[in-house]
Amino acid sequence: MYKILVKKQLTPLIYYMEIDAPRVAASAKPGQFLIVKSSEKGERIPLTICDYDSSKGVISIVIQIVGASSYKICMLKEGEYLDNVLGPLGKPSDFMDFTDEQLKNRRYIFIAGGVGSAPIYPQVKYLYNKGVYVDVIIGARNKDLLVMEDQMRNVCNNLYVCTDDGSKGEKGLVTNLLERLIENGEKYDSGVAIGPMVMMKFVTLSAKKYNLPLVVSLNTLMVDGTGMCGACRVSVAGKMKFACVDGPEFNAYDVDFDEAMRRQRIYNDFEDVENKKLGLDTLLKR
Amino acid sequence: MANNIGRVKVREQEPFIRGKNFEEVCLGYNSEEAILEASRCLNCKNPKCVSACPVKIKIPSFIEKIKGGNFYESFEILSEDTSLPAVCGRVCPQETQCEGSCILGIKGEAVAIGKLERFVADYVRHNPKVLKSNEIIRNGLKVAVIGSGPAGLACAYDLAKMGYDITIFESLHKPGGVLTYGIPEFRLPKAEVVEKEIDKLKDLGIKIETDVFIGRTITIDELFDQENFKAAFIGSGAGLPQFPNVIGENLNGVFSANEFLTRNNLMRAFDNEYDTPFFCGKKVCVVGGGNVAMDAARTALRCGAEVTLVYRRSEKELPARREEVHHAVEEGVKFELLTNPIEIKGDEKGWVKSIVCVRMELGEPDSSGRRSPIPIKGSEFEIETDSVIVALGTKINRIIADTTPGMEVDSKGRIIVENTATSRKGVFAGGDVVTGAATVILAMGEGRKAASAIDKYIKSLK
Repeated sequence: MYKILVKKQLTPLIYYMEIDAPRVAASAKPGQFLIVKSSEKGERIPLTICDYDSSKGVISIVIQIVGASSYKICMLKEGEYLDNVLGPLGKPSDFMDFTDEQLKNRRYIFIAGGVGSAPIYPQVKYLYNKGVYVDVIIGARNKDLLVMEDQMRNVCNNLYVCTDDGSKGEKGLVTNLLERLIENGEKYDSGVAIGPMVMMKFVTLSAKKYNLPLVVSLNTLMVDGTGMCGACRVSVAGKMKFACVDGPEFNAYDVDFDEAMRRQRIYNDFEDVENKKLGLDTLLKR
Repeated sequence: MANNIGRVKVREQEPFIRGKNFEEVCLGYNSEEAILEASRCLNCKNPKCVSACPVKIKIPSFIEKIKGGNFYESFEILSEDTSLPAVCGRVCPQETQCEGSCILGIKGEAVAIGKLERFVADYVRHNPKVLKSNEIIRNGLKVAVIGSGPAGLACAYDLAKMGYDITIFESLHKPGGVLTYGIPEFRLPKAEVVEKEIDKLKDLGIKIETDVFIGRTITIDELFDQENFKAAFIGSGAGLPQFPNVIGENLNGVFSANEFLTRNNLMRAFDNEYDTPFFCGKKVCVVGGGNVAMDAARTALRCGAEVTLVYRRSEKELPARREEVHHAVEEGVKFELLTNPIEIKGDEKGWVKSIVCVRMELGEPDSSGRRSPIPIKGSEFEIETDSVIVALGTKINRIIADTTPGMEVDSKGRIIVENTATSRKGVFAGGDVVTGAATVILAMGEGRKAASAIDKYIKSLK
């Protein structure tokens, strides 16, 4: 049982929680994720780690209601418990292997879509605290899906914000922003994009135009998260990889995004029925 | 002695009824049936059944007690060597082990050792009574057991009885390993059997910490350095599912048997009260011929599907237990033997539509001694199906080996051991992580061996 120490609603659909999970907090590194189950009969779902404090034994998550299981987690109150929190899972970000010397002169651009700003936060913070130059783009469909702006601003060189409908930041897509920055002469050695699969696909196409090395973090379906079930399998450079143990981060140019997007939809029909039962169908439009 | 009677038949749910429910197929013996069956045992002086048992249960002795109706004493004899009699009585391949060596089997039918073991365990569970147990003298020395499957449970049980302070680390949210996520409810009931047998381990003072993935949540080095563990046993199981390496294996509707079974067994998708997403389809094709393939096929059948099982060799080579094959046939699983998938075809939305197979014939024996299947040219044919469940075995998960400096693995990633000791001091391993996918009981046997090796190792430190 893992106690919810703090809970805040960030937007109508997005919540922030601090959870008592000492073992996870002690080992978490940028790039890794969790499997969380709300209750006895709940589903095991993968969630990103937004922050961690090993001295307090606390981890933070940012979670968006996208269906029945995320809804049930979001409806838990401060002081209540999550049944299970397993992690940290997956490999840490590749830059964790670089020495400070290797990192020093590199310039990074992070591109986050929606709640993708949560998993990029620990990465951006890690690099920025090492003195690495980091720019960040956060984009979302509208202001209700845009989070972590203030925290992010404190840990990066420049923060750029955009929404599809212009309700916050500039009106437009993260790809427009990325391309404009590069066209305007910004030089980056590496990019990291995390967000919805379709967003990562298009960021990859944009990055390719400028030969910008790009890493993406794949939010596939998962059950155990430890390599046992193969639900998370993706084609990377034509080879079968398991996002939970081989990833979740991969070289963006090697990923078969169309297959990954299709595989994400396996349980859509099932989920539509579940969402309807909870009256979530009007709240969530696919 | 009633050697002139045949083996007492065990009651089962009728195939046409059980094919629609997840209740246990085999109903087990009652007291009279058990006593009658026990009376068939010759109580051999040199019992071949015991040497054929991976955990060396004193079989004639526990059966002797049943003959006299002393079920509690029988249970005490079982408990000397196994913590999981209700499990083993249900899932062991007795026909190739104890029962396969039974003298009565030469001319007639072997004693139903498995069914008797199960009877005793079930009887004592249903009629609980405080049994005399040898008092454990605790030594306070900590040993970590990684994985709560058969190997880990057997190792933990023996070490706890020797007085060690045991913590089992499990990555899933429930203990039991394959007993919990893999073997279906209709073969091995979870709440009634698995959980109860694991509870007995907890009664011995064994701690079970779930949600801990060793190598990620904490490493073996950290367990030694920060938490004062003196030794560790790795019984983490087989690992990553293998796929057939054919076109279309990533289509929607293609699942590993691990995923399909985990969603049903651990996550109880068949029970509407659980939130677990699940897809089965009206027509299901299972690829493989082992126990896991039988479990997947019979699970799909119970979800209402019409099930075809495709296996590349002939009936004789099916690696599954006879009883499982027999049950699957009775329940209506269709077998396409000497058949191998070569492609999975999808519809325009990327969902499975059919599986293209080729007929096979058996050629020369391969390295495993089994005749290797060879495709027959021009024999390709298509089976229409909504989903494909792949049960072709597993590859080793390397995470523990990769995060434990000094631990050697072979070319397949299996941990190399010598009498269960790995190349890393204080770290022992056994079960599927060493042998590759095998059986519950072989894993338990390795767990027991490791327990005595760990005891010797820790004593050598003083």
